[in-house]
Amino acid sequence: MAENLLEITGLHKQYGAVEVLKGVDCAMRPGEVISIIGSSGSGKTTMLRCINMLEDFQGGSIRIDGEAIGYRLDGDIRRRKKESEIARQRAMTGMVFQQFNLFPHMTAASNVMLGLVKVKKFAREEARAIAEKWLDRVGLRERADHYPGQLSGGQQQRVAIARAIAMNPKLMLFDEVTSALDPELVSEVLQVIKGLASDGMSMLLVTHEMRFAYEVSSRVIFMNQGRIGEEGDPREMFNRPRTERLAEFLRTSTFAK
Amino acid sequence: MDIPAFLDQLVIARLSILKGLGMTVSISFLAICVGTMLGIGVGLALTYGGRPLRWIVRAYTDFIRGTPVLVLVLASYYVLGTIGVDLGPFEAGVLALAVFCSSHVGEIVRGALQSIAIGQTEAAKAIGLTFPQTFFHVLGPQALRQILPAWVNTAAEMVKASTLLSIIGVSELLLRTQELISRTFLSLEFYCFAGFLYFVVNYGIERFGRYVERKTAIPS
Repeated sequence: MAENLLEITGLHKQYGAVEVLKGVDCAMRPGEVISIIGSSGSGKTTMLRCINMLEDFQGGSIRIDGEAIGYRLDGDIRRRKKESEIARQRAMTGMVFQQFNLFPHMTAASNVMLGLVKVKKFAREEARAIAEKWLDRVGLRERADHYPGQLSGGQQQRVAIARAIAMNPKLMLFDEVTSALDPELVSEVLQVIKGLASDGMSMLLVTHEMRFAYEVSSRVIFMNQGRIGEEGDPREMFNRPRTERLAEFLRTSTFAK
Repeated sequence: MDIPAFLDQLVIARLSILKGLGMTVSISFLAICVGTMLGIGVGLALTYGGRPLRWIVRAYTDFIRGTPVLVLVLASYYVLGTIGVDLGPFEAGVLALAVFCSSHVGEIVRGALQSIAIGQTEAAKAIGLTFPQTFFHVLGPQALRQILPAWVNTAAEMVKASTLLSIIGVSELLLRTQELISRTFLSLEFYCFAGFLYFVVNYGIERFGRYVERKTAIPS
C-alpha cells in the first residue's frame, strides 16, 4: 500500500471556549478524492482550513507526505513553526475558496503567475506559459488578460482553480467552491473539478453538492459536531447510511434519489 | 478695485510673489512627502502592530488630530527650542505640518487596509506568499487605489495649512502678500490674487490625483 499523502490524527481546534474539532482522524492516499459533507457548523470547513494553516489548531497533528504541518515538538512543548516555514508548507496544498478571492487588480494570467514567480521563483515567461496552459485547461485561455471584474462568477472560480493547481500542489482543497455561484454556473466549475479528479489529482472537497460528491468521490466523510460521524464508499453511504444522523442529513439535503 | 495700479505693483513685486509661491510649494511638498512616509508607518502600525505599539501610535494620532495645526506650528517652533532642539522657522514649520499630515495619512492607510476583504490575505497565504509578499503584491496595490482620493484631500489641506507658517515668519505666499499689501494698500486685489494662486496649486494637485486614479483604475 502506498504511503499516506495526508494523515490527520487527533485534530483538535477551538475558538476560545468553543470546541469546533473534537479529535478528527483521517488518512488519505495519493490520488484519492474525498468529499467532506455535513451540516453547517459541523467543522468541515475548519478542518480543511487547518490543513493549510489558515486556522491554527490546538491539538493533534496533520502530516502531508510525512511532514508535520504548522507545529513541531520541542521535547514535550508544541511550537508553531516559523512563518516562512508555514508559507512554504502552504504551497504544498492548493486551495480554492467559496468566494473565489481572486486578486482584483491583476489579470487572470497575473493571478495565476503571482505564486509561480514569487514562491516557485519561475522566470516570468515560464510562469506565463504555465498560466496559459492551466487557463486553457479550465477553458479560459482567451480570457487570460481579463480582470476578475470582467469575468462571470463561474469564470472567476475557474481562474481560482487554475491559480491553485498551477502551483503543482500535492493536494487540492476545495471549500464549498460552488456555493456562491448562480445555479447555471455551477456545472462549468464542477466539470473542471471532475477533469482534475480523472487526472488523478488528490483532492479534498467540502461540498453541499451531494450528487457531485456521489459521482466524483472515492470516499465520503460525514462530519457531525466536530467529529467524523461516518465515512466510506459514497454508494454505500448515500444508499445505506449506518447512522441516524447521516440518514437525517441526507433526507434534508438536496440529494433526493 | 484699482486694476491698473494693481497690475503695476504686480509687475514690480513679481519676484517676491514668485518666491513666496515657491516657498509655499516647497513647504507643502516636503510636508506631504515626509508626512506620507510617516503616515504609511503609522497606518501599518495601527493595522498590523502588536498591542503596545498600536496603543502608542493610536495615542499619537488621536493627540495630533485633536490639536489645531496652528498650535503644532507654534509648539514646533517655540517649545522644541526650550528642550534644546533648535529649528529654524522653515524646518519647524515643515516638521509641524508633516506630523499633522502623518496622523491623517495614517488613518487613511489604516482604513484602506482594513477595508480589504480577509479573503485576499487568505488567498495569498494559500499560494504560499509570505506576509511581506502579500503586502507588496496583494494588499498594498489595492490599498493605494483606495487611499488616493482621501490622500489628495489631505495634500490640499497641507497647502492651505502652510499659510500658518507666516505666523512664525516663514516668507511663504501669504506673508509676502501681506508685506506687499502693507506697502501698496491694495488689500482686496492682492488677497484675491493670493487666493487665486492657492486655488491653482490645489487644483493642480486634484487634477493630478484624478489622472493617477484614472490610470490605475481596475477594468471591470
